[in-house]
Amino acid sequence: MDLQIALLLGQDGITNGAIYALLSLALVLVFAVTRVIFIPQGEFVAFGALTLASFQAGKTPGTLWLLIGAGVVVALIDLTLAVRAGTARKIPRIVGWNLLYPAAAAAAVFLLKPSEFPLLLQIVLALALVVPLGPMIYRLAFQPVAEASVLVLLIVSVAVHLALVGLGLLFFGAEGSRTPAFSEASFDLGQVRVTGQTLWVMGASLLLIVVLALFFERTIYGKALRATAMNRTGARLMGISTVMAGKLSFLLAALIGAFSGILIAPITTVYYDTGFLIGLKGFVGAIVGGLASYPIAAAGAVLVGLLEAFSSFWASAFKEVIVFTLIIPVLVWRSLTTRHVEEDE
Amino acid sequence: MAARLLFGGFLCLVLLAPQVASEFHVTLLNYIGLYAIVALGLVLLTGVGGLTSFGQAAFVGLGAYTTAYLSTAENLPPWLAAFGGSPWMGLLAGLLLTAAVAFVLGLLTLRLSGHYLPLGTIAWGISLYFLFGNLEFLGGHTGMSGIPALSVFGVELRDGRIYYYAIWAVLLVAVWLTRNLLDSREGRAIRALKGGVVMAEAMGVDTARSKVVIFLVAALFASISGWLYAHLQRFVNPTPFGLAIGIEYLFMAVVGGAAHVWGALIGAGLITILKQWLQDWLPKLLGASGNFEVIFFGVMMIFVLQRARDGLWPILTRLMPLRQVQRAVPQGAALPKKSIPAAGLVLLEAKNVVKRFGGLVANNNMNLTVKAGEVMALIGPNGAGKSTMFNCISGVDSATEGEVLFCGQAVTGLNSRQIARLGMSRTFQHVRLLPTMTVLENVAIGGHLRGSKGVLPAMLHLERAEEARLLAEAARQVERVGLKDSMFELAGSLALGQQRTLEIARALCADPCLLLLDEPAAGLRYMEKQALADLLRKLRGEGMGILLVEHDMDFVMGLADRVVVMEFGEKIAEGLPDQVQRDPAVLEAYLGGVD
Repeated sequence: MDLQIALLLGQDGITNGAIYALLSLALVLVFAVTRVIFIPQGEFVAFGALTLASFQAGKTPGTLWLLIGAGVVVALIDLTLAVRAGTARKIPRIVGWNLLYPAAAAAAVFLLKPSEFPLLLQIVLALALVVPLGPMIYRLAFQPVAEASVLVLLIVSVAVHLALVGLGLLFFGAEGSRTPAFSEASFDLGQVRVTGQTLWVMGASLLLIVVLALFFERTIYGKALRATAMNRTGARLMGISTVMAGKLSFLLAALIGAFSGILIAPITTVYYDTGFLIGLKGFVGAIVGGLASYPIAAAGAVLVGLLEAFSSFWASAFKEVIVFTLIIPVLVWRSLTTRHVEEDE
Repeated sequence: MAARLLFGGFLCLVLLAPQVASEFHVTLLNYIGLYAIVALGLVLLTGVGGLTSFGQAAFVGLGAYTTAYLSTAENLPPWLAAFGGSPWMGLLAGLLLTAAVAFVLGLLTLRLSGHYLPLGTIAWGISLYFLFGNLEFLGGHTGMSGIPALSVFGVELRDGRIYYYAIWAVLLVAVWLTRNLLDSREGRAIRALKGGVVMAEAMGVDTARSKVVIFLVAALFASISGWLYAHLQRFVNPTPFGLAIGIEYLFMAVVGGAAHVWGALIGAGLITILKQWLQDWLPKLLGASGNFEVIFFGVMMIFVLQRARDGLWPILTRLMPLRQVQRAVPQGAALPKKSIPAAGLVLLEAKNVVKRFGGLVANNNMNLTVKAGEVMALIGPNGAGKSTMFNCISGVDSATEGEVLFCGQAVTGLNSRQIARLGMSRTFQHVRLLPTMTVLENVAIGGHLRGSKGVLPAMLHLERAEEARLLAEAARQVERVGLKDSMFELAGSLALGQQRTLEIARALCADPCLLLLDEPAAGLRYMEKQALADLLRKLRGEGMGILLVEHDMDFVMGLADRVVVMEFGEKIAEGLPDQVQRDPAVLEAYLGGVD
C-alpha cells in the first residue's frame, strides 16, 4: 500500500464514516429519549434512497402506499380512542396529519411530474414521503409498549425492522438503484482526486450535526427532548408529553436516516435490505459512545468507516467480520468500566 | 392427573405421526423438531434467565459446519484426524467447539447489563455468518455437500420418517433435561436471574456462573440441532445460520411463551407452519417472489408483544385443566448445621465505617458490634444511613473507608456472596422476592449454599436426595415463621407483611449465625409483631446474633439488648434501651430541641 491508496481509502472511510456518524447520532437520540434501540434505522436509509431513485426513474415509490396505509391505520386507532374518550378537539389534528397529509403527498406525486423536478425538489418530496413514517411507526409499534423493558422494546424494534425490510422488497423489488451524483465536480488535492459527492456528504453531515446541536441547545422542543432523555418521569411532571417526545425523536431519526440514504445513493448501489448493515455500523459507533454521548458516538462511527475501508483493501471478504467483531472488544471495555451489579428491569 | 393424560396423548401423537402423515408433513415435523430444540435453549436463556440472544442461529451453524467439515474433508490435519469420518465424532467435536466459542463469548458479553448483550449477539451472529460464507475450506457461499447419513447400530437413517424419531427423541430428552434443571437448586438460582440478582447474590448464588451455564446450555442445544440438520439435509450452506433465522428462533420462543418449556414447541410449530403457508401464498397474492412472510411475522410479533407478552402457552394452559398445585409438605432428613458460637462472643465488629456517595457522606465513622445471643437494634430517623450501613456490612455495597470484621475475619471488600458463605444472612427493606415462584421455592433459595450438587446432576435429576433435604429444610423454616398455610402459594400473592416474614424464613434457611433484619416489622399487624418478637427471642436464645433496623419503638425497646442510634450518618448514642430512651441527643433527634 502506498500513500495514494491510503489516502483514497481514508477518503472512502471518512465519507462512509460521516454517514455512520449521522446514523449513530439518531440512534443515541432515540435510545436516550424512548429507550428504544432503533434497529429499523437502516430501513429509513434504504427508503430515502429508493424513493428518490423511483422519482428519477419516473415510477411511483411504494413508500407512498406505506404512508397512506400507515396513516389510515393510525387515524382509525386514534379516532376510535378520541371518540371513546370524548376528546373531539383532537380530531382535526388526527385527520390532518394522518389522512390529509398523505392525500396531499399522493396528489403531489400523481398530479405533478416529480421525474421532471430539479434534484433539490425531488429530495424534498422524497423526504416528505419517508420522514412522517417515523412518528407513525412510533405510534403503532412503540407507543402501546412505551413503558415496557428495554428488552421488550428491542424485540419490537427487530420486528419492525423485519416488517419494513419485507415491505421494502415488495415496494422496490430486489434490484438495487443508484442515483446521479449531486455534483460531477472533482478536485485534485495533491495526489488524491476528491469527488464532489464526497464533499457533499461531508458538508451535509456536518451541517446536519450543527443544526441538530442548535436544535437541542436553543429550541424549546430540543430542550424538551433533552429533559425527557435525562428523566422521563421528571419531564412528564413538568408537562412534557412522553408521547410527543417519542414521536419527535422518531421524526428526527427518520429524517436523519432518509437523508443519509439520499446522500449515499450516488456513491453505492442501494438495495431494499442495504440499510440494515449500514444502520448496524452506525450502531457500532453508537455503542462506542455507550448509547449516551453524541460526540464519542460520532467519532466511533468515523472509526468504523475507516476500519471498513482499510479492511476492504486487505481482506475484502472478511470486511463485515472485522467490522462487527470490533464491537466485542468495545463491549468488553464498556463492561469493565461499568462496575456495579445492577438489577435488570 | 389430567396433565399426565394430556402428556400421554401428546407422546402417542408424536410416536404415530410419521406413520400416518404424508412425506411433506413429516418433513415439516422434522423442521419443527429441529427448530424447537433451539427455541428450547432460548426459553432457558431468554424466557427464564432474561438474557436475550439473536445469535443462536450461529451456534446451529457451528454444530452443522463442524460435522459437515469433519465428515467430508479428505485430508484432515493430523491433530483433527481422530475426529474425522464419523458423524458421532462430528457431534462431539461440534459440541466441544460450540462450548468453547460460547464460553468465550459468554465471558465477554454476559457481564453486560440489559441491552448490550442482545446487541452483542447481533454482532457476532453477523460475524459468524459472514465467516461461514467466506472460508474457503467450508465451501464459501455455495456450501458443502456429500455429508454422510447418520447411522445408528448399523442402520442408516436416510428416510425422513425414520430420522424423525431421532430428532424428536433429542427434543424430548432436551425438554426433560431443561425441566429437571429448572426444578432444582441450580434452577432456582437461574430463575432468580430475572429481577433477583442482588437478592440471589446475598443468598450466596454466583449469578455470573448461572448466566454462563444457561448460555452454554442454550448454545449446546443449538449446536445439536445443527448437527441433526446437517445429517438430515446432507448439505450445508450459510443461509440457515444468518441473523434473520436467529431472529426467527427468538420469535418462536417469544410467541410460544418464552418462560415455558412447551412454549418452545408451540412457537416452533406455529412459526414453521405459518412460514410454509405464507411462503406458498404471499408471492401468489402479491405477484412477486421474495420472503414476504417477514412482513407478517414482524407485525405478528408487535401484536403479540403488545397484547400477550407472555406468549401463547399461558393462554393455552388457562384453557386446559393443567393447574397442579403441590400440597404435600416436603419431607427429608435435616441438613447439617454450622456450630453455634458461644453466647457473648463478638460476631460482628464495624470499625470507623465511612460510606460516601459522591459528595454525600451517608455513614461517617460508624462503630458497632453484635455479639452471639443478643439483639442489637440500629435506630434513627429516616435517612439516617441505617440501610446504607446494612449494605456495607453485608457486602451489597462496599464501605469507602473503615473495616468490618465478621467472626474475627476482615470482610471489607468481599462481595455479598462471600460474606453469605461465612454465615451472615439478611433481609431487605424493600422486599426482594421472586413473585412468580412459590413461598417454599423462595425460601429454598436461602438454602442455596447448603447444597452442592451442580448443573449436570440437576439436569439428570441425580440430586433428588439433596433436593428433598433442601426443600424439607425450607418447609421447616416456612413453618417456623408461621407461613405454613401459604407454603405453595406464589410469593407475589402474599400481603406485604407476609412477604417480609418470608424474607426472614429465607434468611434463616441459610443457617446463619448472624441475622441482619431491615425493618422486619413494617406492615405487620399487632399479633404478627408479637409472633415475630417471640421468634426473634427464640433465635437469640439459640445463640444467634441479630442486628435489627426498625422504626417501631415498642417493638425495638421490648426486644433489643442494646441500641445504637444514628442521625445524619453518625452514631449519636449507644446503650441499653432504657438509657437510650433518656438520652438528650436522641430525644432531640426524634422530637426536636426544646428551646
